[in-house]
Amino acid sequence: MSQQVVAAPVAKPKWRRWGGASDAPESAWGKARERLAWTLVAPSVLVVAVVALYPLFQTFRLSFTNQKLASNDPWRYVGFAQYEFLLRNDGFQRAFRNTVVFTISSVAIETVLGVVVALIINSQFKGRGLLRTAMLVPWAIPTVVSARLWEYMYHGEYGVLNDLLVNKLPQLIDWIPFVGGTLASIFPSDGIAFTARPNTAMAAIVAVDVWKTTPFMALLILAGLQIIPGDIYEASTVDGASKWQQFWQMTLPMLRPALLVALIFRTLDAFRVFDVIYVMRGVAVETVSLAIFAQQTLVNEDRLGQTSAASVIIFACIGILVLIYTRLVRVEEA
Amino acid sequence: MATITASKLHAAAPHTSTRRRSNLGHVVSRGLFWALVVVLLIYTIFPFYWAILAAIRPDREIAIVKYWPDEIYWGNLKYVFDNGDFLRALLNSTIVSLGTVLVALTFGAFAAYAMGRMRFRGRTIIMYMILAMTMFPAIAILGSLYQMINAVDLYNTIPALIITYLTFTLPFTVWVLSNFFKALPGELEESALVDGSTPFQAFYKILLPLSLPGLVTTGLLAFIAAWNEFLFALTFTTQDYNARTVQPAIASFSGNTQYDEPWGSIMAASVVVTVPLVVLVLVFQRKILAGLTAGAVKG
Repeated sequence: MSQQVVAAPVAKPKWRRWGGASDAPESAWGKARERLAWTLVAPSVLVVAVVALYPLFQTFRLSFTNQKLASNDPWRYVGFAQYEFLLRNDGFQRAFRNTVVFTISSVAIETVLGVVVALIINSQFKGRGLLRTAMLVPWAIPTVVSARLWEYMYHGEYGVLNDLLVNKLPQLIDWIPFVGGTLASIFPSDGIAFTARPNTAMAAIVAVDVWKTTPFMALLILAGLQIIPGDIYEASTVDGASKWQQFWQMTLPMLRPALLVALIFRTLDAFRVFDVIYVMRGVAVETVSLAIFAQQTLVNEDRLGQTSAASVIIFACIGILVLIYTRLVRVEEA
Repeated sequence: MATITASKLHAAAPHTSTRRRSNLGHVVSRGLFWALVVVLLIYTIFPFYWAILAAIRPDREIAIVKYWPDEIYWGNLKYVFDNGDFLRALLNSTIVSLGTVLVALTFGAFAAYAMGRMRFRGRTIIMYMILAMTMFPAIAILGSLYQMINAVDLYNTIPALIITYLTFTLPFTVWVLSNFFKALPGELEESALVDGSTPFQAFYKILLPLSLPGLVTTGLLAFIAAWNEFLFALTFTTQDYNARTVQPAIASFSGNTQYDEPWGSIMAASVVVTVPLVVLVLVFQRKILAGLTAGAVKG
């Protein structure tokens, strides 16, 4: 999913308009209101229970079976056999490694770039609004479309990136006196098929994700930057602090809560990556992700039990990541 | 006198030199800053420009890299709009996305009203459940949803997509809308209650119109999420385009040319499904930013 809800830990509700101070209503009127509240909430709770909670429970249950999807063959509970199979399976291990590499590299690059971009937008200059508007464009483009678009731009023969790399940039650099010619000769003389070559494929995919998601990351970090009071900078400038010191000693520490929230959502999103890799490289071994592995096990191999076990592993990894991050947030707050 | 001048000069000299240096430094850093802004602008916009460019250039020219069109060629767009499968996918996407938004907003608005403005037993648990759902990976329930869809005979149908899309749109809708409801002033409902309205009337006569901007934003975000969804659409529908949406259609789009990949028509189709989103996002950018960052600031 390309879209995330940015949900900070729920603040203690400040409103005390209706009802008493506690969750439990005291009066008869309160009782009626509680009934109404439940009537209003019930449809959503029911839907979530049916389309999310029940399937989640089923995923756990199915992961201990050898059930197939299409056939009505008898099935049985097989204990942890699916998990054992997966953990020993080369394809699964590869998908796991790829997913970890993708997650770490894309999230790290997006965070650093996101901070830089947020700092740029946060400063006053003409055209700031234009830049901020432009940044929403990559976010608005569907992941499938951006994957195909970059596939075209990466093309080994007529991709625009190769045209820049092989023709335009060396020409430009050649103009630099003395060192230009030497520098220009560093550039490749032939186009690189970025997505087809195994050793550049993952980097190419990460670059697409970075292009699509950094603006979003930057906008989240910007929201965090804008709540830092400006007068602390003035005070420290008077005290003789440099911009660099201000960034490391004031901006970054104050940004940490916003940064952590952004990191949580980006990490979770990156760990379940499917669209961009599937569209650009399908099931190619160098880039296949856990989500693609699980989907293919279901659709092509019809192994519902095994897919479920893979799903549980993904879910567990994401759960662990959330725990680590929330622990970090708590340490921050303490 | 002479000593005074000398000391004055002496005092002034370092001052001017620092001033000059900082001026130079200022110009350099300003220059670097603007260079960075321009690079950033090109980086974000150029790929989309490139897609549009490919869409309006003939496929026979595909092997020639050009940064500016010589003429506008309509063949790719014409091909795309003559393509029955693609048109069907566009229709499916529209129905699925609008249907998802409608259901998510209707159910979500009621729940969000209760969550944002009422106290009741179980509220905290529901809030946590909804928060957990917004982080939840769709792949975790792919297999069991597939099985459920088969069991109720909805495989390869539009309702299957609308129902499964609620897994990510409904929790999101409830979360964002309850924040909107919470932010509205409470006196309004109280005066309505004094005037003898029921809480429900207070909801749909006073709060609902007031939260219309919130509903529009949330609906828009849910629409974008549904329109861009790929995994469920790919897994729960087939190539016969009975229910398949535009995302899997573009992923497997192939044109009718002899060239290795029909990039012109692929990009034309891509532009067709993206332009409405880009326009919507640019028109509603302020609201979208507010909706997306709601909550992040408070954390």
